[in-house]
Amino acid sequence: MKDIKVLGTGCANCKTTIALIEQVAKAKDISVSVQKVEELKDIMSYGVMSTPGVVIDGQVVHAGGIPSRDRIEQWLSA
Amino acid sequence: MTTLAMRWSQRSPRAFLVLAVLLWWGLYQTLIPLSEGLVAALPVTRESHLGGALQFFFYDTPKVLLLLTGIVFVMGMINSYFTPERTRALLAGRSEGLANVMAASLGIVTPFCSCSAVPLFIGFVQAGVPLGVTFSFLIAAPMVNEVALTLLFGMFGWKVAMLYLGLGLSVAIVAGWIIGRLKMEAHLEDWVRDMPRTNARFTATAMSLSERIDAGFHSVREIVGKVWPYILAGIAIGAGIHGYVPEDFMASFMGKEAWWSVPLAVVIGVPMYTNAAGVIPIVQALLAKGAALGTVLAFMMSVIALSLPEMVILRKVLKIRLIATFIGVVASGILIVGYLFNWVL
Repeated sequence: MKDIKVLGTGCANCKTTIALIEQVAKAKDISVSVQKVEELKDIMSYGVMSTPGVVIDGQVVHAGGIPSRDRIEQWLSA
Repeated sequence: MTTLAMRWSQRSPRAFLVLAVLLWWGLYQTLIPLSEGLVAALPVTRESHLGGALQFFFYDTPKVLLLLTGIVFVMGMINSYFTPERTRALLAGRSEGLANVMAASLGIVTPFCSCSAVPLFIGFVQAGVPLGVTFSFLIAAPMVNEVALTLLFGMFGWKVAMLYLGLGLSVAIVAGWIIGRLKMEAHLEDWVRDMPRTNARFTATAMSLSERIDAGFHSVREIVGKVWPYILAGIAIGAGIHGYVPEDFMASFMGKEAWWSVPLAVVIGVPMYTNAAGVIPIVQALLAKGAALGTVLAFMMSVIALSLPEMVILRKVLKIRLIATFIGVVASGILIVGYLFNWVL
């Protein structure tokens, strides 16, 4: 199971990102746990400056903007 | 059609760009004959109020949308060269002065959404970008942006757009420099000050031209897709006023003679929160009714650059005194810009 964290202070883009990841995971039938990280201190500890950021199994894979569907599929199937 | 264009742009990006520019130019040239033709085809006389208003609407709407699409696309490509990480690396460790100028200019080309303002702020400070320089960036980035400039250019001409660019940059540079002079590092929240320093080193990931074109498409979808209703509203208001409302309607209380109109515009503008596109309909309406340009630009700047929700988030990293200084310095800058404009024009 992939451990996914979405970093963001709760803006619309962050919510869209979470929804999109869950959608792709469901469509591809991959089990994931998606968590929101909203506390600024915690977001900063990942060294991310632009949100939303995406962390998969402890690795920052994306920062700034809603990731594209293709990229999410790549992460999940990797 | 877009998917087709995108696939093609990936195969031969250079040819795609050349053709896109030609197509854009061709479309732009047909705007006036097209709008005149449309009005002529309708059962109204061109000389009537309604005819004039319709021609204005049919001409301005595609013109502004076309301009915006073109510029946002190009900016999307330019943005792909300037990630926040790269900008940070460029600014880290520089001393104030020239770095404020750099920061304000980079603020225009570095992509960032307003909800990233605080993480960006911490990230900059943490990597050793001086506080005042960070503020220059943070003030310029939302205030001087391609949407505001394109709309000003499309609706009021290039002189107004250039003035806005120059004055917006000046406010960001000077305000950041003053905040730096005041040595207010102690007024960062303690947890921000105590965070371990990070390294601003940055390795660029290579991007192909077709990926940059993709980025251009992406920002067109993101930005133009979001702002077009505001623009339509703005132009409709402009067209509605065109010839109907007496031109000096607002002049008595927002004209040049009313010295208190500039501070009033700023005081009204700060609590309002909208983006550059949202404020344009209001700007259009005010100007058309005889409000002075400086007053209106001061209003626009304070709406975009200073907003209450942003202050609430900034409060998590700045102590009250620093926030107050930030607002005070930026608002004074905007005031000066407003007066200057009214005085010069």
